[in-house]
Amino acid sequence: MNAKIEDFSGNLIEFRDVSFHINDIPGREVISGVSLTVPTGETVVLLGRSGSGKTTLLRLINAMLLPSQGQVLVEGRATVEWDPIRLRRGIGYVIQEAGLFPHFTVAENVGLVPSLEKWDRCRIAARVGELLRLVGLDPAEFADRRPRELSGGQRQRVGVARALAADPPILLMDEPFGALDPVTRAELQREFRALAQRLGKTIVFVTHDLREALLLASRIVLLEAGRIVAVAPPQEFLQLEHPEVRAFAASLETGPGVPA
Amino acid sequence: MSLGDWSFFVEHRPEIFGATLEHVELVLISMLIAMLIAVPLGMFIVQRPALRAVSIGIANVFQTIPSLALFGFLIPIPFIGGIGKRTAIVALVLYALLPILRNTYVGLSGIDPAVLEAAEAMGMTPAQILFRVRFPLALSIILAGIRTATIITIGIATIGAAIGAGGLGTFIFRGVALVSDSLILAGAIPAALLALIADFLLGLLERRLRVA
Repeated sequence: MNAKIEDFSGNLIEFRDVSFHINDIPGREVISGVSLTVPTGETVVLLGRSGSGKTTLLRLINAMLLPSQGQVLVEGRATVEWDPIRLRRGIGYVIQEAGLFPHFTVAENVGLVPSLEKWDRCRIAARVGELLRLVGLDPAEFADRRPRELSGGQRQRVGVARALAADPPILLMDEPFGALDPVTRAELQREFRALAQRLGKTIVFVTHDLREALLLASRIVLLEAGRIVAVAPPQEFLQLEHPEVRAFAASLETGPGVPA
Repeated sequence: MSLGDWSFFVEHRPEIFGATLEHVELVLISMLIAMLIAVPLGMFIVQRPALRAVSIGIANVFQTIPSLALFGFLIPIPFIGGIGKRTAIVALVLYALLPILRNTYVGLSGIDPAVLEAAEAMGMTPAQILFRVRFPLALSIILAGIRTATIITIGIATIGAAIGAGGLGTFIFRGVALVSDSLILAGAIPAALLALIADFLLGLLERRLRVA
């Protein structure tokens, strides 16, 4: 599947001087002048306060939004030129609260994209079993449950499995662990980090939690008011002098349960 | 209810039964037509705010016209009017539209935004989102509208007898004219029972289709 995308070397995702304004009204920029490249296999974390434009940036990648100015390239091709349906089928998407379909079983949720892609039933069933085991859920126990019969953490695991279903080269994650209790969140973060390293996906991950960013990122991109103000690997990020970096670093020091 | 009423029912069993069937037929035909109009229309207006206001507004207007007056208005209209079943069905459809249309719209638009976002992001086409996500999730709410409409229609269909549509209203109007409680009850009781049965059965179905 998607051999063409798997083999794509270089920058899988690229923002070229991208601006986005709501209803195309200039002056009401949500994103202004963003340039960013995401090479294959990297985990880029978009960090920022609420309203800093990180979710907007994410939605520009899978053409849920189109740039008002500039270009977003996926696989070297502008999102405006992609058939949005084809583009999205090759990009996994995980959101807070998972957004699972309440009228589908866990297996049907996970198997949705493969079924849209018209895989045969045996192949879907095998894939669903494989994925549930991958995210730590026993298929025998969980495959036939409905989302409402799962805990928040289990739902999020299913959300990750669903995003991985058709083996997309890109994963977009919008605060996927944001609504979980701290213990479950830490558990999923650790597991997800191991999973990400193993699968070699290109991941763009949105969060407002610096600790999460430090844990998961190969590169942290800090956004403030729709602009990129800092880009650095996690080891170097805390040394940066930018005031917004300092503000986030301060939140880390005073954050609950963090050893000084 | 006196013993006299009871013996009246027993004696007129075949007529009452026939009128009940006629009544059910009126209601079923009207409901079927109303659903075929209101459900697709509801699906169509979900993404179109301007049309939504207009169509729900029009459906609202029909609801405010007193039923006897609406039957009267329809009689002189060519093709759909006149005396008999057809006119009654047109009026009943007009009354049934609003609850179905409104619930279809409310059900389809009241879906968790996270679910719709996920559906779009996974590369479902707008048609797939409508038929595989929105519609199944809205089904119990749409059905609640159908249930309300059915009960209203069973009641209003009795007035159809005033313009010669037959049904249980025949007994009621005759009873009023002849000042006969037995006759009125012979129409009113089966109509009430029909409404209760329809409410119960559609309620069962509605609960079965409810998700989460």
